[in-house]
Amino acid sequence: MERDDVIEYSLDNHHSEEQGKKIRKGIWMVTLIMAVITAVEVYLGAAWRDIFPDSWQSVKWSFIVLTLVKATFIVMRFMHLGDERRNVRAMILLPYGLFVMYLIWIALWESNYIERALNHFL
Amino acid sequence: MSGEASKAIPNEVLWEGGRSPFSVSYGKLMMWFFLVSDALSFTGLLIGYGFVRHSLPVGDVWPMGETVFRALPFVHGDFPLMYVAFMTALLIFSSVTMVLAVEAGHRMDKKNVVFWLFLTVLGGAGFVGSQAWEWSHFEHGSGGYITTSDGEKYWVHNNDHDTDNPTKPDNGFHLVKSDGTGYLHGHEHVEGDAAMALWNKQINYVAGAPYPWSSTGMVNNEYGPAQYANFFYFITGFHGFHVASGVVINIIILLGVMRGVYHRRGHYEMVEKAGLYWHFVDLVWVFVFTFFYLV
Repeated sequence: MERDDVIEYSLDNHHSEEQGKKIRKGIWMVTLIMAVITAVEVYLGAAWRDIFPDSWQSVKWSFIVLTLVKATFIVMRFMHLGDERRNVRAMILLPYGLFVMYLIWIALWESNYIERALNHFL
Repeated sequence: MSGEASKAIPNEVLWEGGRSPFSVSYGKLMMWFFLVSDALSFTGLLIGYGFVRHSLPVGDVWPMGETVFRALPFVHGDFPLMYVAFMTALLIFSSVTMVLAVEAGHRMDKKNVVFWLFLTVLGGAGFVGSQAWEWSHFEHGSGGYITTSDGEKYWVHNNDHDTDNPTKPDNGFHLVKSDGTGYLHGHEHVEGDAAMALWNKQINYVAGAPYPWSSTGMVNNEYGPAQYANFFYFITGFHGFHVASGVVINIIILLGVMRGVYHRRGHYEMVEKAGLYWHFVDLVWVFVFTFFYLV
């Protein structure tokens, strides 16, 4: 049971030189991962016509997946949302995520309709 | 990083209820709320982009990033996506220096906060500068276009994108037929004497891709659908505006750090809050990069 009069508070989140070393190591690790992902993306983006000429759909989907991986790293590690309480994470990510999923769905649905109407029936 | 320091907090920094909800300071939580609302603006823009693109027929109508962005400053040749890769790396790097500044702040290490924050400002300024070049290159386009006496339109190309003297010999002068619908990659090419004959039949020559604010503007642009260039300017412009304001905020915070304001306060949370905004700018760019340049 948490005590009400003792509050963990981000203002007092100082850490020692020792802990700092560990945190910095983590930061450089994330940097390396992001750099590698970006390099892969750029290489695929520039050369996919030559390497995978017949599978542009999988290539494009892989871009979206890699982007989501990068975005997760930025939000969780760089913006330290992973270090906040679970409730904070949920409060920030869930309403946004649910709304955006709905928005994407409705945009795809409607644009698909417009595409068919304009290009196949008119 | 939670769970390290647990001690009673003086009343003047607590919220009205006598404690801080979720163990987050007021400033940080409000910054998160602002970022969520800002994220919704960018989401709306990118989904709008996707909507327009998806409502057009599949094929060569919509330009692909790697066929549009293939130039580097000061060098001639074909480097698809290299410049935007450089810009992305610059922004991610400046995001990393920002985390390092925040980390140094947790150790109350003023010297290192100044160092990393300064690098962050440099990276951000470099990004804004790069975007200026990107825009001017996009506006300049890869050539000009002519309208012939038959009323047909052709894009004028040569190797070094010389728009003043496009027919210079041995410079790969050629024309690309434009039907006003799609991006000119994949359209019919006219070369040699046939191209010269059409060039001599011109009644009108416009050098460079038309500026977006001219009367024909985005309608007659070599990138195909007018919305492509519209979205390009609006989305990268809106993002660039965020980067520019982020640089200004970082400079203000940097001055505060140098004057020791946050050190006297006993914590560097201000750097953390500015950092949240700065990482958000990087986060948005990751999505712009994917949906504008890659997909």
